[in-house]
Amino acid sequence: MLRIQIITIIASLAFLFLVFRMVVKGRLREEYSIIWLLFTGILVVFSFWEKGLLLVSNMFGIYLPANLVFTISIFIALVYLLHLSVVASKLQKQNKLLAQEMALMKIEIEKMKEEIKSE
Amino acid sequence: MMNILIIIPCFNEQASLPRLISELGNLKLPEKYNVSVCVVNDCSTDDTKQVAKKLDVILIDLPVNLGIGGAVQSGLKYALLNNYDLAVQMDGDGQHPPAELEKMIACYEETGASLVIGSRFIVKEGFQSSFLRRLGITYFHWLNKFFTGASIYDSTSGFRLFDKKAIQLSARYYPDDYPEPESLVFFSKAGLAIKETPVIMVHRNGGQSSIRSFTSFYYCVKVTLAMFFSFIRKP
Repeated sequence: MLRIQIITIIASLAFLFLVFRMVVKGRLREEYSIIWLLFTGILVVFSFWEKGLLLVSNMFGIYLPANLVFTISIFIALVYLLHLSVVASKLQKQNKLLAQEMALMKIEIEKMKEEIKSE
Repeated sequence: MMNILIIIPCFNEQASLPRLISELGNLKLPEKYNVSVCVVNDCSTDDTKQVAKKLDVILIDLPVNLGIGGAVQSGLKYALLNNYDLAVQMDGDGQHPPAELEKMIACYEETGASLVIGSRFIVKEGFQSSFLRRLGITYFHWLNKFFTGASIYDSTSGFRLFDKKAIQLSARYYPDDYPEPESLVFFSKAGLAIKETPVIMVHRNGGQSSIRSFTSFYYCVKVTLAMFFSFIRKP
């Protein structure tokens, strides 16, 4: 077994464990963990199966297997960042709505208090 | 009887608010108009909330800072909820003199437009703001003409009158920051009539404009993008 292989196996397994623990502890929601589990799983598979990477690179006509890894991981990171921006936008929208509802509700409560007092 | 809600979005306006409210109280509008004043405290860090509480106004106290658009929309939602016929958005820093309200209402009565903008530029009177800001406003005039087909001179003016239709639309969707030019595209796409009437504005009594020099480039880019997307979005 190559030294680099041992390093990637340890690193990807450690990462997988980290994601698992975060989901268990409730610090990462399941729907966001799917993508992390999936890609860490792929990493683990390719760290064990060294010929696999070469095979896939040849399939895509990529000369160096490392380039395949870089291209795919950068692309995935970009897509995931976009997804996070969408999530942030949604949260901001919900946050605004909640703040407005709350402020309007405060007025209603004040009105009710006044009514009770005057009765 | 027409009920008007005057919406004053406030971020740190403790200095200018009492005078503005008392001026509004002295306002003489035609008999059939019944005016209420609503202060939207956008999570001010000064004593705006306490100052507003002592005044005879409806106070919408936002728990987090939403920016001018979110604050104005809160007021418009209140207007919709309580069945107001008209709503007027007015700055809390005193640069929109309450007396000018009469002109806006007169314009509304005359034209029946859904949105009346109080404009600094139709007749060049009073406070005209700095050169760079005027340059920006010229740019937005051109942009508005392109996107809405209407010639609106003061598209960044925050002195505006909404009728019921405009209130309803804004309660559903209103842009967050720098909302004025973008909402014009949105309104005109929804088929609302927009009219502009000259008003005199004065130098602010206190506080800061939400548009400062180092953010003005970002402002231009953001508003241009927002107007473009409002333009291509289905209403």
